[in-house]
Amino acid sequence: MAAIKTENLVKRYAEVTAVNGVSLEIKEGEVFGLLGPNGAGKTTLISMLATLVRPTSGSALVAGRDINREPLEVRRNIGIVFQEPSVDDLLTARENLYLHSMLYGMPRKEIAPAIEKMLRLVNLSDRAESLVKTYSGGMRRRLEIARGLIHGPKILFLDEPTLGLDPASRKAVWSHIRELKQAHNTTIILTTHYMEEADSLADRIAIINRGKIIELDTPEALKRKVGEDLVFIAGPVDEAAVRALPFVKTFEREGGRSKISIQNSGANLHALLNAAGRIEEVEVRRVTLDDVFLKFAGQQISDDADEKAEGIFERIAVNKAVRR
Amino acid sequence: MNFNAVYALLLREAKIFLREKERIVSILISPLLFLFVMGKGMAGGQSPVPGYTYQQFIFPGIMAMVILFTSITYGLYIIWDKRLDFLKEVLAAPISRATLFYGKALGGMLGALIETLLLVMIGGLFIMPLGPGKMLLCFLAAVPVSFMITSMGLTIGARMKSMEGFGLVMSFLTWPLFFFSGALFDLAGAAPYIRAVSYFDPVTYAVDLMRIIMLGQGYFSVWTNLGAIALFCLAAAALGVAAFGKLQQEK
Repeated sequence: MAAIKTENLVKRYAEVTAVNGVSLEIKEGEVFGLLGPNGAGKTTLISMLATLVRPTSGSALVAGRDINREPLEVRRNIGIVFQEPSVDDLLTARENLYLHSMLYGMPRKEIAPAIEKMLRLVNLSDRAESLVKTYSGGMRRRLEIARGLIHGPKILFLDEPTLGLDPASRKAVWSHIRELKQAHNTTIILTTHYMEEADSLADRIAIINRGKIIELDTPEALKRKVGEDLVFIAGPVDEAAVRALPFVKTFEREGGRSKISIQNSGANLHALLNAAGRIEEVEVRRVTLDDVFLKFAGQQISDDADEKAEGIFERIAVNKAVRR
Repeated sequence: MNFNAVYALLLREAKIFLREKERIVSILISPLLFLFVMGKGMAGGQSPVPGYTYQQFIFPGIMAMVILFTSITYGLYIIWDKRLDFLKEVLAAPISRATLFYGKALGGMLGALIETLLLVMIGGLFIMPLGPGKMLLCFLAAVPVSFMITSMGLTIGARMKSMEGFGLVMSFLTWPLFFFSGALFDLAGAAPYIRAVSYFDPVTYAVDLMRIIMLGQGYFSVWTNLGAIALFCLAAAALGVAAFGKLQQEK
């Protein structure tokens, strides 16, 4: 059975169509990446699947339940980690997890052990009794992830789970996500505009732009669709011999270097270098998801990522100032 | 209704309320100013109820004022939850909006009841002798009154978009509700057009009920007061559940 199946989901706001006819199927146990620039419709799509926003039209089954007709049943089966922090500043980590467990109807005697387990998982055991307003951004995010997991959801939505995190925390979050998939076969839907995040975590990636899915495949297949890797060689390259190779697509002189595009640089680089003759320096640029995105969406993806991350920290600061 | 969830929401509000002790005190400041400065300042003026001073006469009204201010402020506070995304967690939980509303309303009542208790003790010490029976009755009367006003506050808070509206609500709703309630004067002696407005003010009936409990004399009967409060409770709860039903994730 598919974990999620959507049919022609549409969400229209007064001025914009945020999601414009999305049909997709996500398999059980899959890590599914939604990749797109800000405003592409990722969060709106996830919000509809999590029954937080009503679709204008279309339908979806999440864990076999209809999002329009059985929203509370859908909610029981999913966990959500929001893009912006939503843990309660005025409570401790333990209290946040307790509140969540009660709201999700966990049996009372399972709650305490589950809280301990989650606190250990995200490395917050020693700060469990501190108020969340004393936490760093990374700690909040980890608490938020623990909270999304504590009721054992079959499907987990992660909306930009590492936005604004430092590299070490980001790596820690990634390893939690991999663990989940392996240990619990949890289906994970992940939105991100960090290419390497999508590349390293997702089994399949949907590229979404202006509310539509424009491409959907494994990261490898997507990169293959974009085409060739680039090899830059400095030195007196034998142009005729290089051009004769079957996997070479183009050959240009660029400054003192030759810019050669080839298929599958992993397998073919050796043959290319042999044909090129005497070589002073080589640089290989493999196709990245950035190139994939540029090709399919016609724009760069991560223009305003950092600006957005800053915005969130500002909000945290405002919040601290106000609630005290 | 999911009682576990209501309990959890109530527990959250209780913890937060008890952690913010300065809020508990700061909310009592203006009522105490009315009670001690105005109450004593106008001590020369007669009390409309014979046998009591003016300060004693307004004490039941000040009690209603404390409940009014605590409850409205609490209700409006969910704008912060909304603005800063803390409401997301509960909006995403598998609980109905009615459950959420009642959990929040009970949390607000808890705060108002703690304030009531403090004021009853202050009153018993400095204003007039209040036996345990009267104290208990005041406390019991505060239960429906705080529910009624918390529900009003939550309804408004759920519909408001920004905290800028906070001052407006205080100026155009809370203070008029207080002044027209007859907390500081006797409705029987008021100008007819003031009395006409007072009839529509839910706080009027709260003040009158408290006055009957403490001074043994009011403008309406006990049953009129209880009936009016019950009606306002039902209406406010219905409006509150509806307003919570419309709460959406803000983009």
